[in-house]
Amino acid sequence: MAKAKLPAVEGWFTMSPSETTPRPQGADPVALIGTRCAESGTYFFPPERVMSRAPGFAGSELVEVELSTRGRLWSYTDAQYQPPEPFEAPTDPYEPFCLAAVELETEQLVVLGQVVAGVGIDDLVVGMEMELVLGTLYEDEDTEYTMWKWRPVAPATPGGEA
Amino acid sequence: MSVDQVAVLGVGMHPWGKWGRNFVEYGVAAAQDALADAGIDWRDVGFVAGADTMRNGYPGYVAGATFAQALGWTGIPVTSAYGACASGAMALDAARQRILSGMCDVALVVGADTTPKGFLKPNKGERGDDPDWLRFRLLGMTNPAYFAMWARRRIDLFGATSDDFAQVKIKNARHGLNNPYARYRKEVTAEDIAKSPTVSSPLRLLDICATSDGGAAVVLTSMEYARKHLSTSAGSADPLVKVAAISTVTPTFPNTILEMPNFATDSAAGIAKPDRGFKQAIGDSAYAQAGLGPDDVDVAEVYDLSTALELDWYEDLGFCGVGEAEKILRDGVTTLGGRLPVNLSGGLACFGEAVPAQALAQVCELTWQLRGTAQGAQAENAKVGITANQGLFGHGSSVILTR
Repeated sequence: MAKAKLPAVEGWFTMSPSETTPRPQGADPVALIGTRCAESGTYFFPPERVMSRAPGFAGSELVEVELSTRGRLWSYTDAQYQPPEPFEAPTDPYEPFCLAAVELETEQLVVLGQVVAGVGIDDLVVGMEMELVLGTLYEDEDTEYTMWKWRPVAPATPGGEA
Repeated sequence: MSVDQVAVLGVGMHPWGKWGRNFVEYGVAAAQDALADAGIDWRDVGFVAGADTMRNGYPGYVAGATFAQALGWTGIPVTSAYGACASGAMALDAARQRILSGMCDVALVVGADTTPKGFLKPNKGERGDDPDWLRFRLLGMTNPAYFAMWARRRIDLFGATSDDFAQVKIKNARHGLNNPYARYRKEVTAEDIAKSPTVSSPLRLLDICATSDGGAAVVLTSMEYARKHLSTSAGSADPLVKVAAISTVTPTFPNTILEMPNFATDSAAGIAKPDRGFKQAIGDSAYAQAGLGPDDVDVAEVYDLSTALELDWYEDLGFCGVGEAEKILRDGVTTLGGRLPVNLSGGLACFGEAVPAQALAQVCELTWQLRGTAQGAQAENAKVGITANQGLFGHGSSVILTR
């Protein structure tokens, strides 16, 4: 029997095809869920649900939105040592992975995420275009816990921006 | 907006290390040294402020009372402050406010920690609404991963190299060689650093500070009390060092720099970002309180959680222009004998981080530098010193001392 798929965190990303935000052909049906402060136009991720954090806009409505699924790599690193609890290593023995901070143009914010397996530090260049994909954070006996991850849209160009 | 000054009458530290004993012991030892340095009896202290630790159970959350009880209850009011790495500055500011408002003449500020081995990590338990817990669970984002992201920006924006970062470690290791309070007192070579394993690219193990046990304490008094006290006793506080500023600022929305433990920056869509970023605002606020500027600074202690981060501070505190930190480092400006030596204590590179004690340790070091009594590297004729530090969740910390 196939394992159930559950998001590793509730309400921060969607795994369903979007009705409002068309995605590039063949792209994963995943998008980060944010909120937009209707009056100031600023965005929040993770989504603010209680009140706008923009000073002076406490009474503004918060509108749920899907964030851009592509952006530019702002910075990156890797985790050569297994992070401590409550991190759940997906593999035993531990395999290092990369982490990306991606700048979204429309929202003008930077969002972190793990980079998909198989992409190494030398494959990344600041400024390259990255896209959001659905990945697995870890699994237990019955469930696969899904998580957003970043992936380069195209291979890095050595010595320059992609 | 110049703020009235208070006096630093005494400072004290327990050596940093991996002693594995109760943090209270380190705090009490540091407090007793600070009181002896000031020539003040504990029973004459009118207020005690503790910097909290999150890793040592309930006594750590009520550090002020924990230290007051250990020193012997005297009935004085107490506060305990937590601002992560900035906790010491918050506790110091509480003490300053008490004195400046006339509610007491003498205040004792203490911070101490016992830290476990390895990465700093959240306390146990399932906490799906705590961003500090979630960043480990959902991303595996350790503190060094954030340091590495910032270091990568320097490489990309300014052409910094791993060797530039290594030069920071080499400098600080030399500075700390003879500091009796430092945990690591050994020269480090570029080869040592290059051979150390990568933790989070581009940072290697020797680019990143360790976590340590340690304790630091400061005795603050009103200026009037200090003058009277010094005229009637042979305290070691000559020349008298003064607190000219304590900055404990928070970010201004939108904060567009990625900060621990956040998943994302604030958005600059809709509301324009402030002209000065958060780390710059930390120093700006301190300079404004003191009525001084970067050109007045003779010596600095900045938070080198990583080698690359020390370089960021040079720019954020105005020691040089943006993108020029590597150059002033290479020119020896920030080395002992240079125009503005930075981290003469050896910094976190030689100490390792004992969170609630660290901002106070910076004040202890600058006090010795300004008095001319540092046991390790000593700046020549320093009159103005600045500290800088930042705690996760948006805590700024900067102290300016003058003599």
